[in-house]
Amino acid sequence: MSERQIRLMVNGNEEILSVPDHLSLLRLLRDKLALTGTKNGCEAGECGACTVLLDGEPVNSCLVLAVECEGHRVDTIEGLSAEPVMQRLQQEFIDMNAIQCGFCTPGMLISAYALLLRNPHADDHAIREALLGNLCRCTGYERIITAVKTAAGKDR
Amino acid sequence: MTASAKLPDLVGESVSRVDVREKARGSAVFTDDVQFGPNLLHARIKRSPYPHALIKSIDTTEAEKLYGVKAVATGADFDGRIGLYLQDKHIFARGRVRFVGEAVAGVAAITEQIAEQALELIEVEYEPLPAIFHPEQAIKPDAILIHPDLGEYGVANFIFPKPGTNISNHFKVRKGDVEKTWKDCAAVVERKYYIPHIQHVPLETHVAVAQVDQSGKITLWSSSQSPFAQRDLIAKALGMSPGNIRVISNYVGGGFGCKAGVTMEALPIILAMKTRGRPVKLCLTREEEFFTNFVRQALVIDLKLGCDHAGNLLAMQNTMYWDGGAYTEYGVNITRAGGYSSTGPYDIPNVKTDSYCLYTNNTVGGPYRGFGMSELHTGVEQCVDELADAIGMDKVEFRLRNVVQGGDILATGMQMHPTGIKECIQKVTEAIEWEKPLPALAPNKKHGKGIAVMWKAPAMPPNPGSSATIKLNEDGTILLGVSGQEIGQGSFTVAAQIAAAELGVPLESIRVGGPVDTDYSPYEWQTVASRLTWSMGNAILAAARDTRRQIFEIVAEAWKENPDDLDLINGVVISQKSEREIPLKDFAVYGIPKANFAGWIGGPIYGRGRFMPTYVTGLDKETGQGERAVVHYTTGAQAFELEVDTETGQIEIIKAATAFDVGRAINPDLVKAQMEGGIVQGLSSALFEQMIFKDGVMQNPSFVDYRIATTMDLPTKVETFIVEEPQDDGPWGARGVGEHPMVPSVAAIANAIHDALGIRLDGPPFTAEKIYFALHKG
Repeated sequence: MSERQIRLMVNGNEEILSVPDHLSLLRLLRDKLALTGTKNGCEAGECGACTVLLDGEPVNSCLVLAVECEGHRVDTIEGLSAEPVMQRLQQEFIDMNAIQCGFCTPGMLISAYALLLRNPHADDHAIREALLGNLCRCTGYERIITAVKTAAGKDR
Repeated sequence: MTASAKLPDLVGESVSRVDVREKARGSAVFTDDVQFGPNLLHARIKRSPYPHALIKSIDTTEAEKLYGVKAVATGADFDGRIGLYLQDKHIFARGRVRFVGEAVAGVAAITEQIAEQALELIEVEYEPLPAIFHPEQAIKPDAILIHPDLGEYGVANFIFPKPGTNISNHFKVRKGDVEKTWKDCAAVVERKYYIPHIQHVPLETHVAVAQVDQSGKITLWSSSQSPFAQRDLIAKALGMSPGNIRVISNYVGGGFGCKAGVTMEALPIILAMKTRGRPVKLCLTREEEFFTNFVRQALVIDLKLGCDHAGNLLAMQNTMYWDGGAYTEYGVNITRAGGYSSTGPYDIPNVKTDSYCLYTNNTVGGPYRGFGMSELHTGVEQCVDELADAIGMDKVEFRLRNVVQGGDILATGMQMHPTGIKECIQKVTEAIEWEKPLPALAPNKKHGKGIAVMWKAPAMPPNPGSSATIKLNEDGTILLGVSGQEIGQGSFTVAAQIAAAELGVPLESIRVGGPVDTDYSPYEWQTVASRLTWSMGNAILAAARDTRRQIFEIVAEAWKENPDDLDLINGVVISQKSEREIPLKDFAVYGIPKANFAGWIGGPIYGRGRFMPTYVTGLDKETGQGERAVVHYTTGAQAFELEVDTETGQIEIIKAATAFDVGRAINPDLVKAQMEGGIVQGLSSALFEQMIFKDGVMQNPSFVDYRIATTMDLPTKVETFIVEEPQDDGPWGARGVGEHPMVPSVAAIANAIHDALGIRLDGPPFTAEKIYFALHKG
């Protein structure tokens, strides 16, 4: 099993790591960097729990190979929690009671964050579409959608 | 508790959840997030490819030789059987496999990849046997036996397996005389419904890490709804004292029943016994999650229901064939719950129920949000609709006439407590504008409205206990110890509210201790059955009273006053008599100095409380009769308005309304959140979900092929209503509602589809394809 040394920016910090070729970004974040806020729900790109930002775009980190991240920027819930837009989303999720078991929450927040960055006044349909790939079994989604809508309505 | 008694602050307040800040930041710890360091080993499981076969031999020699493999385990390592109500299962299969996906061997290795490679090197020789995939085949007298040794299994005294058959439980209700009554009925409806297997789909799959120390003591980290029950079941299977097993359980990423009891958690323990000191982790893949653990068992329900001209229900005959799967260690009690609740929330004078749990070679059935009640009501509530139609009565009026009321004697002989079901029906029918005709639509669109009512009791042994501890910290803040799990429903928040309200301290001063640790946390039977707010809540009340007593004794001694004159308000002890005050932080741990340095009074304050229902009685094996079958019933109603496109079969849910009698909502917004989530899980099971099997092999074990509701599938409008008819032994009248919101959904949607199209399918899911073909057959 061959390993390769890679260099990437994670939450603003430079990381230099030796990783096996087959290692996913999800496993790199969780197993090598202990950034466990990124959740493993299916490892098949179908549930969205492992969503992170790769150069600012939301991706399922289970479908990205760690070696592909050489020279790129990765942001996870741990780092993004310092961003004002993310903090506003988090507060709306809390105020709306939009969190139950919390396992889908970080991925859901990151998809919503990416949406608000490219579309600060996203409407109901845009929000539903942006969160379509993030499964939640507890809340029934409505409070999540309302929380994102409320955050979108608040001009920065 | 009377409705008019004044409620303390915090009871009935929708305070913010106590667990959400860490969950929003990604810092909440789930089991897979716990760090074990470089000595952690990774387990993978070799599973049966056959639904039914004899194991002729297993050769693990080559696997053991592979570099990086530290342990290999098979059924040869342990012969003990495990099971909550019926001990019918080995940890690893021994001699025979009974479903596709059953654990046959396990490997622990330094990486997951090596463990996977080692599985390929394990040679298993099978002799395939004929298999059974339908419960109605399993019950035939000439059916092959899936468990020839059924008579030797350990079993709880309220479960009745029939050795020499595939029946793992047969629960009967006999009340009045059904046969004689049919002729008195103005209308009789006979229907059979098929409810398929579905899966819980928690976003977090099952995960367990086991470590066995050099002395043989076991520590298990698991994502679990029942750390204590898990400890007890595993101890029994291994022939150990529960005191030598420690289960630690962090936040649970969704349970819905599948993380109750023991499913895969014992597998890494057997491996860890061979890797003493080194922890072994087993984390199920999503594919494994679908069919190797608990699923919601399928049901065939055969109903006959009759009423008189005035619309009074006279008789019900209800025969249920539960597809318990290969091992029914838990499913047998779903069969029992389906039996004693078989009438639905109706007062019916003549009842004959036979609820059978059957072994098949399908995957293992277990508890799923509602514990059989969604499946049962899917049948009962459609028949009730048809019966109302048959005598030309409005369906809501028919239900209002027949629903159970306080004082009614139920089918089991138990007397019903006061219940707000009629108010629930009124709320949802108003919200859905039941009587208002729907506007005409395009020719290919049909409108429909449907309603269903429900009841559910906590299904459990007669004596499931709860306990709670309250530990005061040096600064007067409080560590609340409970072992009711936070699985998303908000139990920690409600626990903190109950404690703060009864103690007389600010909510912010309470932290709910976690993770649950069976060595240090107080006992809790299981986080199931929607029982925590009621049962754990009562234990917290008792602990709070014990804590107040200790606090007042200390302060009364110091002040030379009577403890009865003291009160604790907002974290400050005050005397009604002398008007003296002292905050908790001044003495919580270090006590109060006597005057003139003459010594000290008090010491660390640690309160404890417990609760266990003591009044549930046994039920007669032949008639199901007994004084009190259950602790209580939560009732409710749900209504839907939908639109069907007759050209595509596509259903759009326009409006949903739901109401439940929760006795007392400690946190109304959390109750509403449960109702909203439950409706969506319910409509998902009504419209999309089914595990598709071919010869025992699941064909759709992924989120692409097994679809659950997404942000695009929601009703345009959802209304939720809380009804409060207090529970006599609940905290301020509270009873549970966690499971209930998804129970009536399938029936209510089926009734709305019938209203729109005049058709009834023989079971969910009501997919566009099925609707289309039903409309365009021939």
